[in-house]
Amino acid sequence: MIRFTHVTKEFPRTGFALRDVSFHLARGEFAFLTGPSGAGKSTILKLSYLDERPTSGEVKVAGTSSVTITGSDVPKLRRKLGIIFQDFRLLEDRTVEENIAFALEVTGAARDAIPARVGKLLTQVGLAAKGMALPRELSGGEQQRVAIARALANDPMLIVADEPTGNLDERATRGVFQLLRDINAAGTAVLMATHDLELVRQAKFRTLELNHGQLVFDSGEPAPVAATGDDA
Amino acid sequence: MRLAWREALLAFRRAPMLSALSITTIAFSLFAFGLFGLVALNIRKALIEVEERVEVRAFIVDGSTSEQTGAAIADVRAFPEVATVTMVTPEQALERARRELGEFKDVFDPGILPASLDVRLKEGYRDPQTVKAVAERIKTYDFIDDVRYGEEWVQKLHRIRDISTLAGTLLGLTFAAVAIIIIGSTIRMAVLARAREIAIMRLVGATDAFVRSPFLIEGALKGFLGGLLALVLAWGANEIIGRFVFRADFFDVRLSLLGVLGGALIGLLGSALSVGRHLRDV
Repeated sequence: MIRFTHVTKEFPRTGFALRDVSFHLARGEFAFLTGPSGAGKSTILKLSYLDERPTSGEVKVAGTSSVTITGSDVPKLRRKLGIIFQDFRLLEDRTVEENIAFALEVTGAARDAIPARVGKLLTQVGLAAKGMALPRELSGGEQQRVAIARALANDPMLIVADEPTGNLDERATRGVFQLLRDINAAGTAVLMATHDLELVRQAKFRTLELNHGQLVFDSGEPAPVAATGDDA
Repeated sequence: MRLAWREALLAFRRAPMLSALSITTIAFSLFAFGLFGLVALNIRKALIEVEERVEVRAFIVDGSTSEQTGAAIADVRAFPEVATVTMVTPEQALERARRELGEFKDVFDPGILPASLDVRLKEGYRDPQTVKAVAERIKTYDFIDDVRYGEEWVQKLHRIRDISTLAGTLLGLTFAAVAIIIIGSTIRMAVLARAREIAIMRLVGATDAFVRSPFLIEGALKGFLGGLLALVLAWGANEIIGRFVFRADFFDVRLSLLGVLGGALIGLLGSALSVGRHLRDV
């Protein structure tokens, strides 16, 4: 699903963000990305949805390579991914339903099919009754659920989550994390950056730890499953 | 496309003051353009009227036969540049001179003025070179004594026309550039105000063309509305001038429509230039 091969990323002003990072996340796998602030977690996520390109090495995501991708291929790749942030990134002047419908509309979904799809997604994230609410009328946990519903709108193969529980209390964190686990259980791979070591310890998923831009620990890829193959 | 229109209209609803301000600013710059356009239109019309009076007068040698002059009239009439040829007898010439000179009408004795052929040229053939060429061609007839066509006057008229065309084009381009810059900056503000939305659009997989289209529609709409408002202002100004100063011609339907569509085009161009540059920074 994601394959980093000797990836180095250097920014002109701040210097190296990643140095020679290699790892592979298989289809349907769940992995945490941990490490102190500035370790390079967000850079790995940005490289995963090709918001940034590596300075050297190759990032391969859902069959698309950073080496050969053109600008017009990026939107196509993003439609295969769901991206979630700590600050939710919802449109404040639109209702919950409109926020989710927006993701479907911009990717050219059939208009008639959108309301039913939005209803289904809201039910999936447990917010069926809050479709008409504005984001500011919701709690942090609920807003993150809306962001997750939006990320799921296009049936992604992979969820890229940047500190999705960073702004949430413990109860909301558990709820959002459970939701991500459920999504993963249904076959969607998840790469989640987090500072929450307690969550990492309890969940027992694969953990990739970064420090100063280098991958310093990888709890290891799961045993290969038949027919999984190299699906990056 | 439907969503792009909705987003563009939503932009007006979300920031009505900003939208009204930019439409008004565009309208005023197009209004200034329109006023100059009206001046240019009326100058042009006046020049065409004056130009219509450009004529080549060929004086006929005394004693020429009517067969000779009749054949010459038919010949000259066949010139592609010529609109009309009128034979003026010495009596008619005297009468005309007396009419034109008013109080000095008695200075002319009968028979003092020669007969002439008065040749008027078609529109588009009244430039100094063509007038001179026609005059010289007429002069080659044996029975033509002299040809006059106010060479200096024709040249001056054309110089005025060239200058007014050049000034009109330069001012027009300046006002169009001002309108493009204004629209560009309002679109820039709109892009920055919606940076978050644009970032989200891109994250969920919207193409650049999709992200751009609402801004292009917004720019074109602002230009269109600004053009419409400018037209109303120009019409009002024309009416006021007509009532208190002098009656001038206004743009016809075709020109009015062209002006408003020009506004939309300027809006589209301004936003295309601005969006292309600023979307990269968002």
